[in-house]
Amino acid sequence: MSKVIEGLHYAESHEWVKVEGEIAVIGISDYAQHALGDIVYVDMPEVGDEVTAGEDFGAVESVKAASDLFCPVSGEVVEINEALEESPEKINEDAYSTWIIKVKMSDPSEVNALLDAATYTKLCENE
Amino acid sequence: MSNRYMPHTDADIRKMLDRIGLASVDDLYGDVPAEVIFKGDYTLPSAMSEIELRRYFEELGDKNRRLKVFAGGGVYDHYSPSVVPHLLSRSEFYTAYTPYQPEISQGTLQYIFEYQSMISELTGMESTNASMYDGATAAAESMFMMVASAKKKNRVLISSTLLDNIKRVICTYAKFHEVDITEIPEKDGVTDLVALKELLSAGDVAGVILPTPNKYGIIEDYTGVADEIHAAKGYLAIYADPSALAVLRTPVEWDADIACGDGQTLGMPMQFGGPYLGFISCKSALIRKMPGRVVGATKDASGKRCYVLTLQAREQHIRREKATSNICSNQSLMALYATIYLSLMGENGLRDVNALACDGAHYLYNKLIATGKFTPAFDKPFLKEFVLKTDMDVEAMNKKLLENGIMGPLDLGNGLVEFAVTEKRTKEEIDQLITLIQEEA
Amino acid sequence: MKYYDKLIFELSRPGRRGYQLPVDNYGEDALGSLPENLMRKEKPELPEVSELDVVRHFTNLSSKNFGVDTGFYPLGSCTMKYNPKINEEVASMPQFTELHPLQDVESAQGALELYYNLQQALANIAGLAEFTLNPYAGAHGELTGLMVMRQYHKSRGDHKRTKVIVPDSAHGTNPASAMVAGLEVLEVKSKPNGSIDVEDLKPLLDDTVAGIMMTNPNTLGMFETEIVEIAKLVHEAGGLLYYDGANLNPMLGKVRPGDMGFDIMHINLHKTFSTPHGGGGPGSGPVGVAKHLIDLLPSPHVAKDENGKFYIEYKGNNRLGSVSAFLGNFGVMMKAYAYILSLGKENIKNVGPMATLNANYIKESLKDDYLLPIAGVCKHEFVFDGLKDKSGGVTTLNVAKRLLDYGFHAPTIYFPLLFHESMMIEPTETESLETLDEFICVMHQVAKEARENPDMVKGAPHTTLISHPDETAAAKKPILSYKQMKQNA
Repeated sequence: MSKVIEGLHYAESHEWVKVEGEIAVIGISDYAQHALGDIVYVDMPEVGDEVTAGEDFGAVESVKAASDLFCPVSGEVVEINEALEESPEKINEDAYSTWIIKVKMSDPSEVNALLDAATYTKLCENE
Repeated sequence: MSNRYMPHTDADIRKMLDRIGLASVDDLYGDVPAEVIFKGDYTLPSAMSEIELRRYFEELGDKNRRLKVFAGGGVYDHYSPSVVPHLLSRSEFYTAYTPYQPEISQGTLQYIFEYQSMISELTGMESTNASMYDGATAAAESMFMMVASAKKKNRVLISSTLLDNIKRVICTYAKFHEVDITEIPEKDGVTDLVALKELLSAGDVAGVILPTPNKYGIIEDYTGVADEIHAAKGYLAIYADPSALAVLRTPVEWDADIACGDGQTLGMPMQFGGPYLGFISCKSALIRKMPGRVVGATKDASGKRCYVLTLQAREQHIRREKATSNICSNQSLMALYATIYLSLMGENGLRDVNALACDGAHYLYNKLIATGKFTPAFDKPFLKEFVLKTDMDVEAMNKKLLENGIMGPLDLGNGLVEFAVTEKRTKEEIDQLITLIQEEA
Repeated sequence: MKYYDKLIFELSRPGRRGYQLPVDNYGEDALGSLPENLMRKEKPELPEVSELDVVRHFTNLSSKNFGVDTGFYPLGSCTMKYNPKINEEVASMPQFTELHPLQDVESAQGALELYYNLQQALANIAGLAEFTLNPYAGAHGELTGLMVMRQYHKSRGDHKRTKVIVPDSAHGTNPASAMVAGLEVLEVKSKPNGSIDVEDLKPLLDDTVAGIMMTNPNTLGMFETEIVEIAKLVHEAGGLLYYDGANLNPMLGKVRPGDMGFDIMHINLHKTFSTPHGGGGPGSGPVGVAKHLIDLLPSPHVAKDENGKFYIEYKGNNRLGSVSAFLGNFGVMMKAYAYILSLGKENIKNVGPMATLNANYIKESLKDDYLLPIAGVCKHEFVFDGLKDKSGGVTTLNVAKRLLDYGFHAPTIYFPLLFHESMMIEPTETESLETLDEFICVMHQVAKEARENPDMVKGAPHTTLISHPDETAAAKKPILSYKQMKQNA
C-alpha cells in the first residue's frame, strides 16, 4: 500500500504539489515511484524555463521504463533539485521529502483543480 | 517438403498436424480469406544446388572488375588484415541476435564495450554508442541530437564542404522531420567562416555540422569556431574520418560536442557501398539525447565484471514515439570489425597507415603537377585525398585508366578531379598511373 | 575451461604490435609537414598487442556468446532462422567485396545485375511493383516507407495528411519511426483477440490520415482476418496501407502483402531471407511499393536499359531524397539473393507453412502448462501470458532465465504489452521436430520446477558464466569505456 500524505495536492498523473506562498514544490507520489521501480535518472528542466499545467516538463527513468513528468501548475522554474543528478534513488527512498522542481506559479488557482489526499488515494486503489 | 534448410519429412508433418488437430498444412491458413491466398507461381529461378549457386556467383563476379583504386569520395581502399575476416566468421558472433540476454551474450557486449572505448579514444569524446547504420545516418541523427538538446531552436547549419551524399541524407531526414537546414557556403575549398558567423548571429541555430577532412580532402582549420557556436547557444558536430583521427586534431580538440562519421576507413571492404559503420560520440552532457544502443560495465551477483545494454529508457521499445530515435539495432558485426582492426593496428599502426597514405598522396600530387597537365585547385593542407584542376578530357582519361585496371579520380566537373591514395597503393602503381596519364593527349 | 574476463586493453604492452605494413619509400614526410595546429595533440590509447593476442582474445569472447549455430533461438518476432554458410562464402568473394561504390558502372555490371535481380525478386515475392534496397535495417525501412507515404500526399498537394494510425499492439519502432518521419501517431485499439478493432478504426479515418501501419499476422502471431475490409476503408478515406515486414515469414509462399491491399512495405532480409543478425546488425530493410508510388522511392536506384545494361539512377522528379550514402548494405543483399536462389520458386513456397506448422506444434504442446490467452491457429509465432499456474510466483522473466540453464535462448518477453507476462515464441521453419520436442520437454520441466521449487527457478540462471548483472547500477552511473572504468576503479 503506497503512502499518501495529507495537505498535498495531487495530479492524476501522480505528481504532488506543496504550496509555499507563490511557490509550488513539485515531486512524484509514492505510488508513482513504486510503479517505476529503481529510479536511475531524472530529466529536469532548467531554472528559468516556463512550464504549463498539463504539459510535460521532464521524465523519470528506471532501468526498463520511463515516465513523463506532467506539470500540475503553470509558471517559471525557480529551482531544480540538483541532488537528484547524483542520487535519483532519493525518490525511491522518500518520494514526499524529495522534491523535483520548484515553480513560481503564474496562476495559483490552478492548484484548486488538483486532487486532495483522499481522492488521490481512491484513484490509486482503482489503478 | 524436406530441403536442405527445412528438415520436415512427410512423417514429421503428419505427426505435427495430428498434435495440432488439423488435416492438412493448408488448414493452417484456414483463417486467411481465399481471395488473398497466393495461388500462382513465383517468377523466380528454380532451386539451385550449392554447385550451381557457386557457379552463378562466379559468373556474376566475372562481370565485375577489381581495380587499383585512386579515388575516395568517402570510401577508401584501406587494407584489412586477414585476422579480421577470420575472427568475424566465428558464427558465435554473426549468428547471435542483439544481446538482450546478457548472461549468454557477454561476447557481443564486451566487444561493443571495447568498440565504444576505442572510438571514444579516437574522437576524444567521453561517450560513444554501440554504432549506427552508416556515416550519413549518423550525421542525420547528430542533427536530431542537436535540435533536441538546443531547446526551441530548429535550424542546423551544414557546411557545403561535407560530402554531397552525406548532405543529401541529412537534408532528407530534415525535410520530413521539419528541421531547417541552411548550407554554409564554401570559399577556396573550405567552409566560409565569415558566412558561418553571420548565420549564427540570427540566434536561431541549434547546431552546426562541419567535416574533417572535408569533401576535397582538405583538413580545415576550425580555430575559434566552437567558441562562436557555443556563444550563440548552439552545438557543434564534427563529421570525421576515424582512421585519420589517429593523427588529425580531434573533434574534442576543436571543442565539438558531437563526433560522427563512417568507420569504413578502419580497414573495411568497400563492398560496393556497404555494410559500413556509422559512429556517434558525444560529451557526457548529451548522452541522454544520444540515439541507439549503449553498452555499460557493471557487476553480476557474485561480483564478476560484466556488460549490459544500458540507458535503454531513451529507446523506442520503451519510449515509442518519444524515443530519441527509431533505431533499434546497431551495426554490431561491423563494430566488431573495427574493434579487431584497431586492436591489431594500435595507435602506431594507425599512424603508419596515415603516414603511408599521406606520403603517397603527396608523392602523386607532386608528380601530377609535374606532368604540366594539372594545377592546384586549392592550396590547402590535405591528408590522403586532394583535388586538382585540369584541361584534360577527364572522361577519356578515366576510360583509359579503367582499361588498364585503374579506378581514376572522381570527376567533380568544371575540370576538377579528386584523387585518393591509401597504404595499399605502391610507388610503382602511382608511377604507372602517371605514365598512363602522360600518354593521354 | 578457464573463465576469461580480460579486456583487450588489459593485454596491452608498450611496443608490442599486431601489424606489419610495407616500407614507406616515397622519400618524403608529408604527414610530418602538416601544420601543427591541425594535428592531434594527445595520443589515442589503443591496445598494443600481438596478432596471437588478438586472435585468442576474440576467440575467447566468441565462446561467451550464444548464436543460432549454438542452439535453438525461439525469439519471437526476430525470425532466428538458420544462416546458410554458402551465403557467407559467396558474399565474401573479392569480385564483389573489392568494388568501390563509385566505380564506373561498366566495371560493376555483375554487382548491379544481382542488385537489380533482387529488387525484382522481392517485388514478385511481395506482390508489389518495385523495391528500393537502400534502407539498412527494418526500422530504417519503416522510416523510408513512411517518407514514401508522406511524399505521396505532398506530391498531390494534400498537405493536411500528417497522421498515421498504429495499432496499440505494434512494436515500439512503428510509433518511433512515425515520429522521425514527422507524422503524428493515432493509436487504434485491439480487440481482446489482439486484432484491429474495425469499429474503433472507422472514426479515425478522416482527411488528416496519411495511412495505417500494420503487420499481418499481428504481433500476437494472429492473422488479421478483416484485412480486406480494413484495406478498403483506408483506401476509401484516401490513406495508404503500410506493411511492417517483421512478420512476413509465415506469409512466404501463401499470401503476398500486395495482394492484401498494402501499398508500401519493408522486408527484413535478416529475418525472412536468412541473413545473419550479426549480434545486432548489419541488416537490410528493402522497401517495396505499389505501382503508383514507384517514382517516390529514394535514390540511388538500379535500373536496366534497353540494351540490358544496368545503371544507377540518382535523380527523379518526385524521389523523396536519399536515406543512405550509397546503394545500401550490398554485402547483406548478396546473402539474401543466394538464399532465394537456393530455395528457388519451389521451396520458397514451403517457408511460411513450415514456420507456421512449427509454431502451432509448440503452442498446442505447451498450452496445458502455459496460459494461452488467444486460442486458435496462429501463424509463425504465438504469445503465452506466463505460466498457467502462477501460485509459486514464478514470472515470465524467471522462466526465460531458467531456459538459459537448459541451453536454449529465451523467447521474447514482456512484448507485446497487451498482457502482463507476455512470452513470445517463434521457432522458424529451419528447426526439426526433434529440436521442438526437446524444447517442449524443457518447457514442461520448467513449469514443473515452478510448481515444486519456485525459489530455484526465481534464482535462475544458475549455470551461465554470469548471473543477475546489476542493471540499475549500470544505468545510474554509466561506465561506457575502459577509460571511465579506470577512473571509477
